[in-house]
Amino acid sequence: MEARPVTLRVNGRTHDVALAPNTTLLEALRDLGYTDVKSGCEKGDCGACAVLLDGVAVNSCLVLAWQAEGAEIVTNSGLGTIEKPHPIQEAFADTGAIQCGFCTSGMIVATKALLDGNPDPTEDEIREALSGNLCRCTGYGQIVEAVRVAAELLRRSSSSPASSLAEATSASEDGREHDHEDRVLGSGDGAEAGDDT
Amino acid sequence: MNHVEPKPLPEVKLPPLKQVGKPLRRVDALGKAVGATVYAADFTMPRMLHAKVFRSDRPHARIVQLGVSKARALTGVACVLTGEDVRGAKLTTDMPGQTGRAARAGSDAPVLALEAVRYVGEPIALVAAETVALAEEALGRIEIEYENLPAVFDPEEAMVPGAPILFEPDNVVSRYTIRKGDLEAGMAEADLVVENSFRTPFVEHAYLEPDAGVAWVDEQGVINIRVATQVVEHFRSVARALGVPENRIRVRGTMVGGGFGSKEDVTVEIFLAFLARETGRPVKLVYTREEAFLATSKRHPFTITHRTGVKRDGRITASRIEMVADSGAYPYLTPYVLLYATGMATGPYRIDNVHVDSVAAATNQTFTSAFRGFGGPQAALGYEQQMDEIAKALDMDPLEFRRANYMKTGDTTCTGQAVTSAVWSEECATRALHALGDRTPSTGTKRIGRGLASTFQSYGRITWFHDTSRAWVGVEQDGTVVVRCGVPDIGAGQSNSLCQIAAEILGVPLDRVTIYATDSAVTPLAGTSTATRQLYMSGNAVSSAASAVRTRLVRRAAEAMGVREEDVDLANSRAFVSKEPDRFIELAELAKRCAAEGIELSELAQFNAPFTDGLDPETGQGDIWPDFTFGAVAVEVAVDIETGGIELLKCAACHDVGRAINSAAVRGQIAGGTAQGLGYALMEEFALEDGRVVTPSFAEYLIPTSADYPAADVIVLESGTGIGPFGAKGIGEPALTPAAPAVANAFADALGVRIHELPLTPERVIEAVDEARGKGLL
Repeated sequence: MEARPVTLRVNGRTHDVALAPNTTLLEALRDLGYTDVKSGCEKGDCGACAVLLDGVAVNSCLVLAWQAEGAEIVTNSGLGTIEKPHPIQEAFADTGAIQCGFCTSGMIVATKALLDGNPDPTEDEIREALSGNLCRCTGYGQIVEAVRVAAELLRRSSSSPASSLAEATSASEDGREHDHEDRVLGSGDGAEAGDDT
Repeated sequence: MNHVEPKPLPEVKLPPLKQVGKPLRRVDALGKAVGATVYAADFTMPRMLHAKVFRSDRPHARIVQLGVSKARALTGVACVLTGEDVRGAKLTTDMPGQTGRAARAGSDAPVLALEAVRYVGEPIALVAAETVALAEEALGRIEIEYENLPAVFDPEEAMVPGAPILFEPDNVVSRYTIRKGDLEAGMAEADLVVENSFRTPFVEHAYLEPDAGVAWVDEQGVINIRVATQVVEHFRSVARALGVPENRIRVRGTMVGGGFGSKEDVTVEIFLAFLARETGRPVKLVYTREEAFLATSKRHPFTITHRTGVKRDGRITASRIEMVADSGAYPYLTPYVLLYATGMATGPYRIDNVHVDSVAAATNQTFTSAFRGFGGPQAALGYEQQMDEIAKALDMDPLEFRRANYMKTGDTTCTGQAVTSAVWSEECATRALHALGDRTPSTGTKRIGRGLASTFQSYGRITWFHDTSRAWVGVEQDGTVVVRCGVPDIGAGQSNSLCQIAAEILGVPLDRVTIYATDSAVTPLAGTSTATRQLYMSGNAVSSAASAVRTRLVRRAAEAMGVREEDVDLANSRAFVSKEPDRFIELAELAKRCAAEGIELSELAQFNAPFTDGLDPETGQGDIWPDFTFGAVAVEVAVDIETGGIELLKCAACHDVGRAINSAAVRGQIAGGTAQGLGYALMEEFALEDGRVVTPSFAEYLIPTSADYPAADVIVLESGTGIGPFGAKGIGEPALTPAAPAVANAFADALGVRIHELPLTPERVIEAVDEARGKGLL
């Protein structure tokens, strides 16, 4: 199939690429180097490829790349870095919620979407929200615990209103190409969060 | 089994530790949390080609003609290889150099099928092309003509004279005979003999990361293979398949996105090595989910028959056990899996008179090989369901009946191997049951049942494999610590545990330790991340290396501070006088002094497991494993007699781990293993019909989701009696073993009838409800 130009905004950065119309968002993101987006089944069964599309968690294998044009795409690596992890990422690291790590990026994306809409979820709500993300290592108990801890961390810093994706996005909309370090999207990161508004 | 008060634990004095035992953030956790960890499928290289595998769609057929010229002619296709091009190359998984044993009699899987195919999914040809799409297009241009051969899909039928034969002379892949004590006398002494048969299904590992790798030929002509594997030592198998010296193959393992035994076999390595050598270009191969299901090993289905003699007081006098396992089309690790099931056939019970006869036979189905527990879980589904059936026949409480038969330290398994460490079966069982709390009452269509399973599982490899591991530990001049160890990290915290051990011994915080792992060429070979052996084997190697470095540091510090060596301790990156912590030298300063004076700041250590000879060929008596881990799971289920649904209400898992190295990681192993066991009991079956897979993806093959089961209550006991570092036992595989039989027993408790075949699907439950009604039990 003939490639056509597509513009994708990923983690605050703009990519102009030429893609065949049947290219999935998963394939496009991985080809662009966003390898934190994992390919586990390519048919929407496992959730390893979950990303935020305008704040909504979707399986990127079920979205065609061109359908994501104009949307703000956020992957797990757009939430934080080793130097400056997102509270959800810290919570996952500290609770034993990560074993092999292959489901982790999708889990954290699903958690971000959940907590953005529901800052104090019950255990049932957490389990329901993550039920599209398979994990074969943990039995989910420590992942549920990680989400609880993350919710607590985020609530403690919630005096800042800047944890929503849309607001964070508008803060970084000045220009076509952003430095890779400029990944502030959706960061509800503790003391820093207030600066985003 | 309603109200159980556990007795106090035997008194154990564990030395106080500073780093070991704590739920510290694993060294690999943050990289994974932020998506920075790079897995095998994430690597790309300049001029890289993409590979695909052409596979059989027949369960058993002769290849009449294979035409690849149209595929080769496609623009963008760099290479097509067939069985002719790799003639004689085998997909052996015998781990040469580890076992020192000859490959099994000629029936190892060929790298590419040449004359015949024996299962759906068997590899026939390899394609490497400029893009994945072109490689797929090339697969479509391969022409093949088959002549179907009669096929066999059941291991018992495969052993009937006249059955289709996969390899001459017959389909028997492996056989064991155990003769302990005097079976006839034991049976004669019995007041009652109970007989039951149990069946277990094929199970898929369902690791989240599909098999993947990238291979290239470097400037020395060495073939490098970056791959998700549990065994970097497969470089030897690759060398043998390609006919090149072992030092011309380098396997660079990656963080593995789950293995559970499946990535213990060679997966993509040999395909990639052939393609990289043939094309001179980097080649990448990533399986689709469907391919990872179709073309990799499964857990062995077993049929297990127990005939047990027992006294009225609950004492078992004799046990006769028969096992039949399905090897699938090729042996892979079947002989060893069958040995594990055989050697653990009688469970954590003292039984003096035992016969076990086990056999594995080839069928035209997906091959079976290693899967977490390695035959142990199937054995447990036999003995633990049988224990409940005997208790029922005796009208005894299942826990009381087990108590009458639990082995003690010094008692022997069915092969006559004496258990040398603590046997805390009763401690685990009573704590797991206690954790369930009050029994939920049955209401309406919901019938409540409780089940217990007490199991044991070996850790460490078979002792006549003469297993070894190596690790290097060094202190840098700023007081930071480096560990080099060939350990593959498959997600269970293998590398973290080694770091935590080094941190403890060298007195530094965990974040001051860095590990380089899983490279067959530059990290000391540590053996396989299988058989629950890495903490035991490589943990002891790290412990030994770190202790040697510590000794030199302490000696130099004692000299510097003018005290005796035994008065010096290391902690918080300092060497200090134990009773006067204010007198200290910073570790960085001490390391600089040692370096300046030529005192070695590093050590390469090797740990050897106990070496034994094989079993007696007549009686099957002898030692098989280094040691065992004992544990128990108790569950409460609600069976809906209208819908056939089973709801897991409560679950508690208790294991004696010897000593926890990272308590959060241990809990994760137990919780995760338990979840896999629950899936095994309640939903998982890799289903084949006439050799064709009918559960080809996660849409059909269901594994537990976050919404299926409540979190298991995890109870960790520490007897301190393991043979790993600091008294640790292994927990990776033992964690899985008890959950499934506990669920099966809970179901039988709820309805009064048993389903003798897993999984406990709604269809089978409804049949059992009808049976219970027929017996007037409902």
